[in-house]
Amino acid sequence: MKRDIILAGVGGQGILSIAAVIGVAAVESGLYLKQAEVHGMSQRGGAVQSHLRISDTPIASDLIPEGSCDMILSVEPMEALRYLPFLANDGWVVTSSKTFENIDDYPAEDALFEEIRKLQNHLIIDAFSIARELGSQKVSNIVMLGAASDYLGITQERLEGALNTLFGRKGEDVVQLNIKALKAGKQAQKK
Amino acid sequence: MTGLVLLGDEAIGQGALDAGLSGVYAYPGTPSTEITEYIQRSKEALERNVHARWSANEKTAMESGLGMSYAGKRAMVCMKHVGLNVAADAFINSGMTGVNGGLVVVVADDPSMHSSQNEQDSRFYGKFAMIPVLEPATQQEAYDMTRYGFELSEKFGLPVMLRITTRLAHSRSAVVRSELRKENGVKLPTDLKQFILLPALARKRYKLLLSTQDKLEMESATSGLNRIEEGEDTSRGIIVCGLAYNYYREVAAEAGLNHPVLKISQYPVPVELLNEFVKQVERVVVFEEGAPILEESLTGVLENEYQIGGRLNGLLPRDGELDPLLVKRALEIATESAREIPAIVKNRPPALCKGCSHIDMYNALGEALEPYGPGRVFSDIGCYTLGALPPYNAINSCVDMGASVTMAKGASDAGLRPAVAVIGDSTFTHSGMTGLLDAVVEQTPVTVIISDNSTTGMTGGQQSHATNRLFEICRGLGVEEEHLRLMNPLRKHHEESRKIVADELAYEGVSVIIAQRECIQTASRRLRSQKSVKSVKS
Repeated sequence: MKRDIILAGVGGQGILSIAAVIGVAAVESGLYLKQAEVHGMSQRGGAVQSHLRISDTPIASDLIPEGSCDMILSVEPMEALRYLPFLANDGWVVTSSKTFENIDDYPAEDALFEEIRKLQNHLIIDAFSIARELGSQKVSNIVMLGAASDYLGITQERLEGALNTLFGRKGEDVVQLNIKALKAGKQAQKK
Repeated sequence: MTGLVLLGDEAIGQGALDAGLSGVYAYPGTPSTEITEYIQRSKEALERNVHARWSANEKTAMESGLGMSYAGKRAMVCMKHVGLNVAADAFINSGMTGVNGGLVVVVADDPSMHSSQNEQDSRFYGKFAMIPVLEPATQQEAYDMTRYGFELSEKFGLPVMLRITTRLAHSRSAVVRSELRKENGVKLPTDLKQFILLPALARKRYKLLLSTQDKLEMESATSGLNRIEEGEDTSRGIIVCGLAYNYYREVAAEAGLNHPVLKISQYPVPVELLNEFVKQVERVVVFEEGAPILEESLTGVLENEYQIGGRLNGLLPRDGELDPLLVKRALEIATESAREIPAIVKNRPPALCKGCSHIDMYNALGEALEPYGPGRVFSDIGCYTLGALPPYNAINSCVDMGASVTMAKGASDAGLRPAVAVIGDSTFTHSGMTGLLDAVVEQTPVTVIISDNSTTGMTGGQQSHATNRLFEICRGLGVEEEHLRLMNPLRKHHEESRKIVADELAYEGVSVIIAQRECIQTASRRLRSQKSVKSVKS
């Protein structure tokens, strides 16, 4: 079992939280993990990504080689396309439909989604609306994690356990909200 | 697979704690910041009373670390690569004095300049100081080599550099801890003159340092950190330094390569081992994350019979970090043409946060400068450097910590009026104060704006030494009170702010304007944590 995933988004959208949840769950499941992330200057509203690699055998490189990524999981549609050179031929793009427009030349939404739909394997999830219905748009990232969860090779139980480990100190309400978001994302992916 | 999941930085923090660390000294700098933050958050460190407060800059950090070592305890000093330029005087001379308690200097380089002004390779400095350098490839090695670094330091009585790069610093993996070693007690150096670098004594210390070099090389040959991994296909031999090892192993496994590999993780590199290795292969490819330091020493300047490829002969790019693709190309492995980034994807550069006080400061400054025209604002290192980008286009320089004040002074000396410096609060106490003193002594006409958001913002909001001290510091340095002005950088005070700047631009002497408003990121974190404390109490 080996999964190479690029997490994409804009600084502040919570992709490092997605990475942390998968990371804890992977190690708890006895898998090897490498996860490279971006800190510092680019976090200020800039494009951010994390290379996440999980495997049942040791992993050498912290970076995913070009053309071999199994999935781009993005919380922002334009950011989903930024890392296409890394995607394997049969790889998946799973993205939130909610745009984050903090630049003047942000593309027209129609054209953007048309570009995503050109890809053989794509999944567009309205994570923002799902999260809002659950009570907080902040958990959009965990909805997206839910949407990808069937593909990770990690059980739902382990992922929920990781949410508990990571958000436990913020209180039971926060943990439950995140677990709901995870489940809702998983549901949405099946539709 | 068990253990803690740690960033490379965090593995170093934990490694140091488990090796009996008594104090870490550092100034925040990407990608090194998380080492010290990890120790600051550690319960064990708190219980053991391990020193972990930030220092004013890398030089004060290096000197404090050396002082703790003098007193017999184990100390670690952490910085980003350009921070070592600031600490260089103390760093180089610590090779001369040697150490008493173990001293490990961690330097995090940033090839490809993800968050830096250059991509200098700290291994040059290690060679310059003639001290051992360790270069881990994995998080586990980072943990283990930190511990070994302290042992090595005490064995040879020298500081040891641990050199990492961005990808290791900011990549997570599982790390297994070894047993805890007790901290050293206070113990003076055997020779109380060891640390006195008076010329007569320094000459002796230097001869001692020179005579230790052979022993350091012997240690590098026998420690197991530099090793030959056999391979049948001797048409090539692969020399890999630090993190490059991972990329080669990734590519070799995928492409089924089986070349002999020389893995380098400790310097000085043992020459005998190099000779043994290059003799068994037809040609050599050198992969170094950073500058071609080893490659250059192998190729030399005179003609020789060896075929050596790497960054110097164009097999690899001369600049930037390595990755699996570059390694593949250098080994002539066919790569499928990857997908392209669709043209519809636009750049999304970092930007100042909405509501940031720097924005209001720049708006006031921009308007006040309109009568004079562009090209007269010298700035510095921090979030406010983003004022270089549209829509502000507000600054004309960003060179090194503190350079805003002194470059404005030099330009003013040349006749440029007005000459403006824009510097952050933490950068000012790091390296701006001495430059301001230069201007005060000569009454040089400069307008210095200290954009005080009361934190070290760009690196994630660490405590700033300047908080609540700026007015007194500037007064103490001799800035006249009527030209030491306070600005409230809020949109509603824009006109007042503009006028303060305009008045001071017209003054033929030293003006300092302190534009104080807390960083909105720090403020919102502070409010959130207060809220959660309250909810726990209720």
